[in-house]
Amino acid sequence: MLPHLPPPRPELPKTPTGIRGFDEITRGGLPTGRPTLVCGGPGSGKTLLALTFLVNGALQFDEPGVLLTFEENAEEMANDVASLGFDLHELIAAKKLAIDYVRVERSEIEETGEYDLEGLFVRLGYAIRTVGARRVVLDTIESLFAGLKNDAILRSELRRLFSWLKEQRVTAVITGERGEGLLTRQGLEEYVSDAVILLDHRVHDQVSTRRLRVVKYRGSYHGTNEYPFLIDADGLSVLPVSSLALQHDAPLERVSSGIPNLDDMLGGKGYYRGSTILVSGTAGTGKTSMCAHFLDAACRRGERCLYFLFEESPQQLLRNMRSIGVELEPWVKAGLLQFHADRPSRYGLETHLATMHRVVADFKPTVIVIDPVTNLMTVGTSADVQAMLTRIIDHLKTENITAMLASLAPGRGEIERTESTISSLMDSLIVLANEEVSGRHRRGVYVLKSRGMAHSNELREFTLTDKGLRVLDGTDFPPERVRVDHRPEGLEQHAGV
Amino acid sequence: MLASDGATSRPEAAGQSYELRLYVAGQTPKSVLALANLRLICEQHLHGRYEIEVIDLMQNPQLAQGDQILALPTLVRRLPEPIKKIIGDLSNTERVLVGLDLRVRS
Repeated sequence: MLPHLPPPRPELPKTPTGIRGFDEITRGGLPTGRPTLVCGGPGSGKTLLALTFLVNGALQFDEPGVLLTFEENAEEMANDVASLGFDLHELIAAKKLAIDYVRVERSEIEETGEYDLEGLFVRLGYAIRTVGARRVVLDTIESLFAGLKNDAILRSELRRLFSWLKEQRVTAVITGERGEGLLTRQGLEEYVSDAVILLDHRVHDQVSTRRLRVVKYRGSYHGTNEYPFLIDADGLSVLPVSSLALQHDAPLERVSSGIPNLDDMLGGKGYYRGSTILVSGTAGTGKTSMCAHFLDAACRRGERCLYFLFEESPQQLLRNMRSIGVELEPWVKAGLLQFHADRPSRYGLETHLATMHRVVADFKPTVIVIDPVTNLMTVGTSADVQAMLTRIIDHLKTENITAMLASLAPGRGEIERTESTISSLMDSLIVLANEEVSGRHRRGVYVLKSRGMAHSNELREFTLTDKGLRVLDGTDFPPERVRVDHRPEGLEQHAGV
Repeated sequence: MLASDGATSRPEAAGQSYELRLYVAGQTPKSVLALANLRLICEQHLHGRYEIEVIDLMQNPQLAQGDQILALPTLVRRLPEPIKKIIGDLSNTERVLVGLDLRVRS
């Protein structure tokens, strides 16, 4: 713990959901022994979140659970979640899960005189005792309002139910359908006030994004942002803002760029481990080659590397790099290098970043490349891009992962404009430039900034040969011309720090 | 308004025997009242052709799921079919009779 941070106050006990990312943003999970309301529109993932909470409880935390469902019958539900690898039958057989399907059909029921919902309590109590449940899910209890006519009785009974759940000391999830101007149709948030989670599923420009927000969490710190979350073959995962404060370590270890003369330009030793490097240039300036060298060097050191491709296919990339003498395929075969290729337009920015987050968590690399990061920018506004990149970069830094981001500048002189969104997040900024000098096409590289090291301010020429990218020793590049065309304003305040 | 019980009784129900089940949870005022109301109604309208089974869910909680019991007290007409459910303390005789198909909905 860093000295300037306040000492943590004691928090209420938490029950982990086992949902990736969720337990981080809630600092441990749901409030133990209390009910939590999970609300959202149709298809927002409420039921899946609730079921994951139960299944993970039974499988990972030795906490059996009860599902009281008003929605589908148990068989349909078991089939629905089987596709995510949950075997509800097995859990039921092992007495780790009990499911009670409550069916209320208004047309079959005649109401006469006073009644209460003690029958529901009896069923729930019986199910809890049968498996020794520590977790309970009610999905979706608001259906009762459609089945029974007496709202006054229902409301007072729901109030009683939620306090009864607390007496049972079970950690409960109650799902509710999003209502007009209310978090839930029947205003359940009035009764369940310990924690409220809101799920949202938006489709914008035919791109869908799921978001999760902790609206309320009594007696606990929690992130108040909207967090993107994913539902994929591996179930549900939330992309956390991992560092709510800037408190990641600043390692002193250096890693080679894979290009000897470029290392020289970077204080003689290369980049800092865990830093974020932007390689910027117009089309065809050698950004990908620079990334490939960096990865090749990392794999030679035995490090695990992830390459996110947003333009080329892995096969294209392997072929192209082979042509300049960088053989990446052996590293793929050795399991050190993994590609993750995706079309930027396939999902929203946040979904991309959530996916990247999950892939990183699965593969556990020490080095990643995003090529080109600018393709992601077409999916969102520049404010969104900055916010999301901040999240992922923060996360990478926390994990001490060194990241190289390739950035495609649309044209000469626009290099800095493109980067203005994200350059402040970068520790090092390498600029590649093409210049026609005396009828020859020449390539130049310079270090625009590299925090925490005495880096070169030279513009050096480099060549792409069949033995790789070579940065030349001298500076026979005419500096005047390049400075006029490419050097950005305010260079001095960027340089060096 | 209805003329008399005899005139509005459903002909097909006239000779059938009724199998009724009353679900309660312990001896609460509501459950005691419901059973008393039920006995009275049955004596008046189903004399000699009814059977009442009282199920206390405090004793047998596992029985609640089968008949989809939620509200208490709940009266379930198991026979004649179809199954009918009447919830509450059965204090509104008119609605109980409608619920049991002993009187047409007015």
